[in-house]
Amino acid sequence: MRWFWIDRYEEFVRGRHATAVKNVSLAEEHLHDHFPGVAIMPNSLIVEGMAQAAGLLVADAIDFNRRVVLAKVAAAEFFFDAVPGDTIRFKAEVLDLKAAGSLTKVTSSVGERVQGQAELFFAHLEPGEGVPKLFETDELLRWLDQMHIYEIGRDEAGQPLARPDW
Amino acid sequence: MPSREEIFDKVRSALVDALGVDEDDVTPTATMVGDLGAESIDFLDIVFRLEKAFNIKISRGELFPEDVLSSSEFVTDGKVTPAGIAALKARMPFADLSRFESNPSVQNFANTLTVEDMVRYVQSKVAA
Repeated sequence: MRWFWIDRYEEFVRGRHATAVKNVSLAEEHLHDHFPGVAIMPNSLIVEGMAQAAGLLVADAIDFNRRVVLAKVAAAEFFFDAVPGDTIRFKAEVLDLKAAGSLTKVTSSVGERVQGQAELFFAHLEPGEGVPKLFETDELLRWLDQMHIYEIGRDEAGQPLARPDW
Repeated sequence: MPSREEIFDKVRSALVDALGVDEDDVTPTATMVGDLGAESIDFLDIVFRLEKAFNIKISRGELFPEDVLSSSEFVTDGKVTPAGIAALKARMPFADLSRFESNPSVQNFANTLTVEDMVRYVQSKVAA
């Protein structure tokens, strides 16, 4: 089982910015105990959603040729709790991108209100740098399809993204 | 060109943000790893912040020469060889390596770099 904390992208501009949504549902088991009778989406998992929204954006920008790992969470702030029934919208922006790492900024919003924001720093690791292979290619491609990246994604020139031929 | 104080202030600000330390902890003699708790991933973060703060470009390995320290050419029995020391000096003219030379164990290198070394490094980059 994998933990997916974004449901799909609504906007995806290669190497620049992306918007992903996450619908919070009481059907999610983790909410049953957090907390009984007063379900609250944990902000730690919202950070994970931010990391998935920004991490795929970064991984795509480097052609998925390194393992993109969340290395640091800087300046994370949350302003209110997300609850079942809320649609969280993650807006991710690439601030800086290098071969070895990237810095991104992500906000989470519910409706018009900014619920949280964080700077996420990713390390881009090569095989042998201490992280096992994260995905088989067919599994990764299924996830990218599920995220609608090749339906709504655009490159910097506004052209549709080509689905990789792995 | 910015003064040494201006550079120190920006370096301090970058280290406070990257390492989550208090401003007061970032003194010129504080060591990056031993005193401020920097880990290898932090050096990449620091590189990003210094590049942005000073509008400079920092190549990989320039600030923290991990390739030299992990090279079989320059390291024997966990100690940096004289050729390795020469390579480090050539790579890092901004760093005071005299203390490290007296016991050039790779493990000791982590406690060699100080905040003042960072400041000297930036000074050399902005002057270039």
